[in-house]
Amino acid sequence: MYSEKVMDHFTNPRNVGEIENASGVGTVGNAKCGDIMRIYFDIDENQVIKDVKFKTFGCGAAVATSSMATELVKGKTIYEALEVTNKAVMEALDGLPPVKVHCSLLAEEAIHAALWDYAEKNGIVIEGLSKPVDDIGETLEEEEY
Amino acid sequence: MKKIIYLDNAATTKVSDEVLKEMLPYFTDVYSNPSAVYSFASEGKKAVMEARNRAAALIGAKPEEIYFTGGGSESDNWALKATAEAYASKGKHIITTKIEHHAILHTCEYLEKQGYEITYLDVDSDGKISLEELEKAIRPDTILVSVMTANNEIGTIEPVAEIGRIAHEKGTLFHTDAVQAFGHIPINVDEMNIDMLSASGHKFNGPKGIGLMYIRKGIKIRSFIHGGSQERGRRAGTSNTPGIVGTGKAAELAGLTMQERVKKETELRDYLISRIEAEIPYAKLNGHRTDRLPNNVNFCFRFIEGESLLILLDQQGICASSGSACTSGSLDPSHVLLAIGLPHEIAHGSLRITISEETTKEEADFVVDELKKIVERLRSMSPLYEDFIKKNEK
Repeated sequence: MYSEKVMDHFTNPRNVGEIENASGVGTVGNAKCGDIMRIYFDIDENQVIKDVKFKTFGCGAAVATSSMATELVKGKTIYEALEVTNKAVMEALDGLPPVKVHCSLLAEEAIHAALWDYAEKNGIVIEGLSKPVDDIGETLEEEEY
Repeated sequence: MKKIIYLDNAATTKVSDEVLKEMLPYFTDVYSNPSAVYSFASEGKKAVMEARNRAAALIGAKPEEIYFTGGGSESDNWALKATAEAYASKGKHIITTKIEHHAILHTCEYLEKQGYEITYLDVDSDGKISLEELEKAIRPDTILVSVMTANNEIGTIEPVAEIGRIAHEKGTLFHTDAVQAFGHIPINVDEMNIDMLSASGHKFNGPKGIGLMYIRKGIKIRSFIHGGSQERGRRAGTSNTPGIVGTGKAAELAGLTMQERVKKETELRDYLISRIEAEIPYAKLNGHRTDRLPNNVNFCFRFIEGESLLILLDQQGICASSGSACTSGSLDPSHVLLAIGLPHEIAHGSLRITISEETTKEEADFVVDELKKIVERLRSMSPLYEDFIKKNEK
């Protein structure tokens, strides 16, 4: 049911772990729905994401989208990272089964949440970034079905 | 091909060699329609009769009380819908439980739309219904109590004999979905006060696409599939002779091997349970510890999600199942796990292992060894586990 790329990123996930004293941390999803993603950014003075780590509680697609999302934002500026959409994550994984599309939305939200945290910590405003929803699991249902 | 360790015997079982051997002639040599008049049909007719005898013998029924159907789901649909229709003048109230198979639950939901009232009994943390609650729930307009013999996910065996007794004392019929129990644990329809019982061939080493319903003599429920006069006019459709023969043979074998098999499976089941409990932290056994199907092991592993677990087990050739939302295609985990009171986040991390008599101790050891590594690996990347550990450090 999963593409080879999804299986690869699930079984050999890139950038798993934590960053101590991270520049930005974003946690999205909820345990009730079975998906929680947490992304850590280490962002340098030029607003470049030097390092990124993640931890995810969830299904194969949730882990794979987290892994791919971290790969897509690594080395990018915060503005470039903001442009990484769920579609980009999905395409990079050669697609997801329809019931798993919400996992890619979660990955996009996790990036945004970590950027939001970074912006708040540094007292800056990232243009185009809105406050992440607290409970993404609840809102997704309407968007998707 | 990598060696497969098949531990999903509650989903389906392998057709045993003896069953297949007995079925094969009825596809080719004895392909006649058993309903026909000519003598070529008589061998098929005889085989169907023999299969009926064998299935009846396994549950202490009379052969004429066994009706072959297209499967367990059909039997469940038949029992509920036909009883509802036949007894509508007495009342429109049916009692079932929150942990039934969807073949029962979705049929009940359908009946609700038709104006019937359904009471869904709660279960305790082991998955058992309360007999007191059942007794209180039965009303003068109650026409049927339907409680499964044993649960397909957590393996809990319900107090069927007492349920039947209470139903009869209150003057209502009792149906049991025995799809997981038939051929796996002893059942006697008289001793257990059963009026109707559903079973499915492929759950006890018989073929797929064939089931049966036991209907106690004298119970007036109508035909569900209309057409020819097969199955004493109660279930139309050309007899599935190979399927019926296979189901009969599987029932016979199940009866012959029952005692020894139950003992062997129970030992291996309890071995698996004790190793998992001893070696994997934050693991919770689901279902009753002793009143439990001999082949069922079901655990929740905190901080991880079931589908991830299944994929990684699959990579080691291990076939198992989970009640997580991701395996059901919805956002909610299994209704059974929620009914026994598990919070969503824990229910998502469930794993069901259902062994067979062919499962070996070596396989069981391999599975636990792999499971330990996989659970540890998934926890190491779980934010829930990270938070839990940090909270405990404080």
